[in-house]
Amino acid sequence: MDQRRRELLRIMELEFAAIDLNLFLDTHPDDQRALADFNAVAQELQRAKTAYESRYGPVLNYGQSTSQGTWRWVEDPWPWEITFNR
Amino acid sequence: MWIYEKKLEYPIRVSYTNPRLAKEIITQYGGPDGELAASLRYLTQRYTMPISQAKAVLTDIGTEELAHMEIIASLVYNLIKDASVQEIKAAGLDDYYADHDKALYFVNAAGAPWVASYIQSKGDPVADLHEDMAAEQKARATYEYLIRLSDDPDVTDALRFLREREVVHFQRFGETLNLVHDWVNSKKIF
Repeated sequence: MDQRRRELLRIMELEFAAIDLNLFLDTHPDDQRALADFNAVAQELQRAKTAYESRYGPVLNYGQSTSQGTWRWVEDPWPWEITFNR
Repeated sequence: MWIYEKKLEYPIRVSYTNPRLAKEIITQYGGPDGELAASLRYLTQRYTMPISQAKAVLTDIGTEELAHMEIIASLVYNLIKDASVQEIKAAGLDDYYADHDKALYFVNAAGAPWVASYIQSKGDPVADLHEDMAAEQKARATYEYLIRLSDDPDVTDALRFLREREVVHFQRFGETLNLVHDWVNSKKIF
């Protein structure tokens, strides 16, 4: 697997943890341990995304990410074009 | 408001071109228990939920289902993108090809287009959440049938992930239903 896919996979892992904790917290908003886990994962996810974006362009549209040099949002590949072949 | 993320929720790969498997799993794109139906059901039911936690759960799960719709679409896209017309015919996907080429369209495994009557938005939060729990179980069952039909271990891996999410969503909807029952009961005291 290339460097880009490795970094993307790390973002997927972190964001999946965030999604699952988010849903858990929706029905358990007073669970302090889950909340601490969510905040820790969210911070690490933010760091991983910022590092990925500096190399491969924005992950998010509509002003949630910045684009350096040129408008890199329009660049290929799009998510359905990235497979994780062994 | 929604923000698009230029990434899938789960990494996908396909072992080889397989229009037959594409024809089967596309039902989770536009079939009765598929991800489009799931997403639209939750996102339209949320407006009339009586408690804030139910609005949050329906918003968040409805959003995750959009990501699942994208995973199924990506699998179908990769399973058919290199298929020859001959392979498409042999797989029985020629009826679909006649109308859509290799584009993604919302149909079930038999080719019937998606219809809004797959979903309900009743306004009664107890009825709606029961529908949502049933929907998650029906989707789980569909993923189990698809896993049995799959002859590609890489596609099966993604189907297993999606099946697992149905189980988690069922759990969260059950908890949400309990919260709505508590709210109904607290109103009766007055």
